[in-house]
Amino acid sequence: MINRREFLMATVALSAIAGPDFRGGWSKASAQQMLSEDDLLSMDGVGTVTLIHITDIHAQVKPLYFREPSINLGVGEVKGLPPHVTGADFLKLYNIEPGSPQAYALTSEDFVSLAKSYGRMGGLDRVATIVKRIRADRGEDNVLLLDGGDTWQGSYTANQTAGADMVELMNALSPDAMTGHWEFTYGAERVKELVDGLPFSFLGGNIYDAEWNEPAFEAWKMFEKGGVKVAVIGQAFPYTPIANPRWMFPDWSFGIREEDVIKNVADARAAGADVVVLLSHNGFDVDRKMASRVEGIDVILTGHTHDALPEPVIVNQTLVIASGSNGKFVSRVDLDVRGGKVQGYGHRLIPVFSDVIAPDAEMTALIDKVRAPYEAELARELGRTDSLLYRRGNFNGTFDDLFCDALLSEREADISLSPGFRWGASLLPGQAITVEDLHSACAMTYPAAYRSMMTGTTIKDILEDVADNLFNTDPYYQQGGDMVRLGGMGYTIDINQPIGSRISGMTLLKSGEAIEAGRDYAVAGWASVNEATEGPPIWDVVEAHLAKNPVVTVNENHSVKVIA
Amino acid sequence: MQLTRRQMLTLTAGVAGMAVIGLPFDLALAAVEDTEKAIMDFTGGKKPETGKITLTAPEIAENGNTVPVSISVDSAMSGDDMVDSVIIFAEGNPNPQVATFRFSELSGSAEATTRMRLAKTQNVIAVAKMKDGSVFIDKKQVKVTIGGCGG
Repeated sequence: MINRREFLMATVALSAIAGPDFRGGWSKASAQQMLSEDDLLSMDGVGTVTLIHITDIHAQVKPLYFREPSINLGVGEVKGLPPHVTGADFLKLYNIEPGSPQAYALTSEDFVSLAKSYGRMGGLDRVATIVKRIRADRGEDNVLLLDGGDTWQGSYTANQTAGADMVELMNALSPDAMTGHWEFTYGAERVKELVDGLPFSFLGGNIYDAEWNEPAFEAWKMFEKGGVKVAVIGQAFPYTPIANPRWMFPDWSFGIREEDVIKNVADARAAGADVVVLLSHNGFDVDRKMASRVEGIDVILTGHTHDALPEPVIVNQTLVIASGSNGKFVSRVDLDVRGGKVQGYGHRLIPVFSDVIAPDAEMTALIDKVRAPYEAELARELGRTDSLLYRRGNFNGTFDDLFCDALLSEREADISLSPGFRWGASLLPGQAITVEDLHSACAMTYPAAYRSMMTGTTIKDILEDVADNLFNTDPYYQQGGDMVRLGGMGYTIDINQPIGSRISGMTLLKSGEAIEAGRDYAVAGWASVNEATEGPPIWDVVEAHLAKNPVVTVNENHSVKVIA
Repeated sequence: MQLTRRQMLTLTAGVAGMAVIGLPFDLALAAVEDTEKAIMDFTGGKKPETGKITLTAPEIAENGNTVPVSISVDSAMSGDDMVDSVIIFAEGNPNPQVATFRFSELSGSAEATTRMRLAKTQNVIAVAKMKDGSVFIDKKQVKVTIGGCGG
């Protein structure tokens, strides 16, 4: 394990950018164990240009609890490097005091008791306050607000309105550009309709017309801010047609397309860009690799893998900025640009403590307006949890355990599968489970809970395939997300093996017997990417399960054995 | 008459001097040795060097039935600096030889794009033969996945 001193020395040595360091702001707050809005938002400006980055909101517009992962393993060259550092190691690496507000915001350590002290995070009205404050401090014409995507999907209301509620709310923040991923799961026609109505650019240099192999979206856009030309290149999630249903947008092809990023950087520089920003939904490891291979990108605003890092990771001369998810964080990046070059930077990962940052009244009113038709349904209680329910973790999450249990019982299956999504709110022990909470973990356009017979071989192939998406040593072959969650079955995974050799010891939990390659098992799951998948929506399955089992207790899950 | 891009492509596809072979089954044992041998047959026994030729293909195929693959050779395409031909192999297909492109001075540049079927994860290999007999190679692994659990 690399220690913090070595890590900082390594990044400083790699970096030709000498930027002031803003860790002090958080340390001070931590020492006082008290926070004010000013502690979180005041910052001495650097240079003339400021980027504000928010990403992977997943339609979470109200403050929520969101537990960061306790396990997030990296493989190959990035083993043990951020963001593959969690818990106490994370606190040590970034010199964060256990029990402090930042420890609560950034790790899973002592989550439940800290959640009670520090409260909910996020809320788009708090985000609005932050954005307005930065614009006021820095000057409206000197700030770019950039949305990394996964913005329009992930809530009951977003699903009911096919993204319209999020478009309306985000438009009120006046972003300068966005890119996307889950946005595409509303289908090509809806995406075109929503994108056409945006008062800003939806950028995606890696989205092509599948038939004619030509760019389908605007790749990049030049902005003049603070007397500086800033080019923003959009990079949508490269594996959208693989991780999500391609049949919903059959005419669009994605991909990493590094050669296009190189070309777009060159074009932007040729057009006079002083600063080149990649607004990316690649995922952290893909962006780190891209920064090491593509010259001329000053800042990568990374998204997709939901990592929140209190400092930039600097690769060659590129700042890689990870701004978390679910509205929990906003990043501010100040750039000192002189002579056509970035000479220095300032950075602050702003944790959106909802009890500290005052909500912006206009945005609160707008949020209330878009939610009004659905408020009664959103608040309807389906049950209560005695356990902490959360999503994040490489191999399981307690919210997923609930889904897997519901699938096993309601669909009368031997084995259940639940995708390794990283979005969805956490619920504290004692909280009611409302329709809103349930949908924050499953709101999507392909929710059918299928039931089908699969052989042991097929199940192993699926596990191997997903494991390789997560643990391939070449980040360009990784798709993000986490391991598919299983109910009714245990297994052992050796993450350092190649595809085909990672999974062993597959066991049917109800009998304790080994899974047989040639035998058929009844498997229930949801969110299949295949067209015409049949079954009730997953939320109906979980609701029916909760009706019979209204108090949720999830025991610690020991069914996956990990060799790392 | 103004030709649209679509009409233009339809026409050129009709007259293109290339053979694209797609194989709809997954036997795929022939694989690596066959490809090695076929490369040597193409180069006349000469071991190709890296450089000059760039193969562009997706890291992970969106649809294994139609994977777009492009080749581009850094060449003036005049005088001594001429590309004779480029051959593409799919190492894991039952018959690994997928396409051969022949070029002349009239080609202007040595670039081509085609689509191929890949039944499973494998290396795609492109070899360029220059008029002076030198040979160059580029290779990329294209993964074919089940998909569906990301996010």
